[in-house]
Amino acid sequence: MTAAATARARPSGFRISKRVLPYVLSLPALLVCIGILIPFLTAAWYSLHRYRLSQPWGYKFIWFDNYAAFFTDPKFWNTLQISLTYAATTVVLELLLGLGIALLLQKRTTLNNFISIMLLLPLMTAPALAALMWKLMTNPGFGILSYLAGLIGLHDFRWASSPSTALFTVVLVDIWVYTPFIMILLLAGLRSLPTQPFEAAALDGVPRTFVFFRITLPMLTPYILTATLFRLLDSIQQFDIIYAMTQGGPGDTLTVFQVEAYLNFFQSTNVGRSAALMIILWAITYFLSNIFIKNWLRLRERARGNG
Amino acid sequence: MEHTSTLERVLRGAALALVVIFFMFPLFWIFMMSFQTNETILRIPPSIVFEPTLSNYAALITGRLETAAGTLEINFLRTLWNSVFLSVTSVAVALLLGVPAAYAFARHKFRGSEDIAFTLLSFRFAPPLLVLLPLTIYFQQLGLSNTYFGLVWVYQLICLPLILWIVRGYFEDISADVEYAYRIAGHSWFATFRKIALPLAGPGIAAAGLLAFIFAWNNFVFALVLASADKQPVTVGALAFVTASGIQYGQIAAAIVLSITPTLALALYAQRYLVEGLSLGAVKG
Repeated sequence: MTAAATARARPSGFRISKRVLPYVLSLPALLVCIGILIPFLTAAWYSLHRYRLSQPWGYKFIWFDNYAAFFTDPKFWNTLQISLTYAATTVVLELLLGLGIALLLQKRTTLNNFISIMLLLPLMTAPALAALMWKLMTNPGFGILSYLAGLIGLHDFRWASSPSTALFTVVLVDIWVYTPFIMILLLAGLRSLPTQPFEAAALDGVPRTFVFFRITLPMLTPYILTATLFRLLDSIQQFDIIYAMTQGGPGDTLTVFQVEAYLNFFQSTNVGRSAALMIILWAITYFLSNIFIKNWLRLRERARGNG
Repeated sequence: MEHTSTLERVLRGAALALVVIFFMFPLFWIFMMSFQTNETILRIPPSIVFEPTLSNYAALITGRLETAAGTLEINFLRTLWNSVFLSVTSVAVALLLGVPAAYAFARHKFRGSEDIAFTLLSFRFAPPLLVLLPLTIYFQQLGLSNTYFGLVWVYQLICLPLILWIVRGYFEDISADVEYAYRIAGHSWFATFRKIALPLAGPGIAAAGLLAFIFAWNNFVFALVLASADKQPVTVGALAFVTASGIQYGQIAAAIVLSITPTLALALYAQRYLVEGLSLGAVKG
């Protein structure tokens, strides 16, 4: 009571400022929000236009013609297909590998902790530079990986420069960079699980496969979901690795959404089509990120100790 | 029983060894390559026995590349400096804007607070080119293309959501009671923020800053679209460097090593906080 009275007795416009204060504090962040929403709306607007930088006189509002054209455009279906294939392949493989490695490192030994820290290094390498590293290693002239492929009989394995193995190569680089992300999240999840169910199961002599599928996996599910959605959102937008490795080639083998939009904008200067592609990608990621945020919030609550 | 556990231990060990080789070998190999001349790099079969040379690093630092076609001037140190400058400035600006906002979001439930916070979070997942392509047109009109100012502003897209969400989590972890007590003792909110909240959240803020630095440093697409040669960071610069230096593979490797060392060193230093940072505060390490 006395405390409240003291607080109220304090003058200096404290009550007014208390209402305005949070707005003042978050105003800069809000301005950045608006600053980003403007280009976003511009992109949506451009996507409804025929707009080529090389032919500014042809600028014209054409409703949804850019989108309608996609239905009969084999290049668009190629983009959609390659983006989905890339995202699905990388996420599934990284999830399996990441889970496997996390299980291997689950015990808190000095060696395991050391390895888990070392495995962070690929994740902290810039993806564009990682692609460059793999480019050096897969060089047909002197690349160590080309040499090793030759040793096992693959003499003409051309990695990213052949249409039949280009996808495999960029997926491999993606796995190298991002598997540690899934691993580190799942490892933290595994180590935070309560120990009682596992002790009880061990006492009762429950088989280990049963423990894994009936106790470990279900308890780990929120972590798996968060890590998977996180990766899926990034992977469907992959640009750095693919662009640094092949610029979308050979041909249009690897023209995923962002690469195709980039090439459309800067090479064929077709702003309208480029913007429409980005809006479609945005719609996909918006849908995914809504699922993600719900699951992520639940995990966050748990991490803060209220779950 | 004993037998299977020995077998299992061997299998686990072998699997771990494979994992370590797969993830560490590329870093090791490029590191080795950076100390080799073209002759030893081009040897068949490849070998890790060679006489190490610092000539690649020397060439990068002096900015003079000796190629078959003659001497080539290339300013790799400039791109390295651009990376340092862009990342440091972007993180500083993001901390200045983000920490007070994070504090407001953590302490005050005000109208629209969650909407703003989630809008910012959703930027983390929007396709960057969606925003970047119209921005190139705006930037040309505003005279911002290829300026540090424009780049730092766009880098807020990476840094700000990260800082806001991680630091907000740290503020929420601090009990508000200490702050109330300090306020009641007659101190202004700003003194409370500066003397109580900031020091308590200090480690979290530092960790968020380091992580934002790593992400800014590793970014590629923003600078690829908005910067030309003299403002390029290493991620873009190294790619251009490959074309420019042609077949000087040792120098490319040395450039990669110089470009990734800062983030790898920071990651090792801050590894305790990485789990929480990478999951935007959803998982505690």
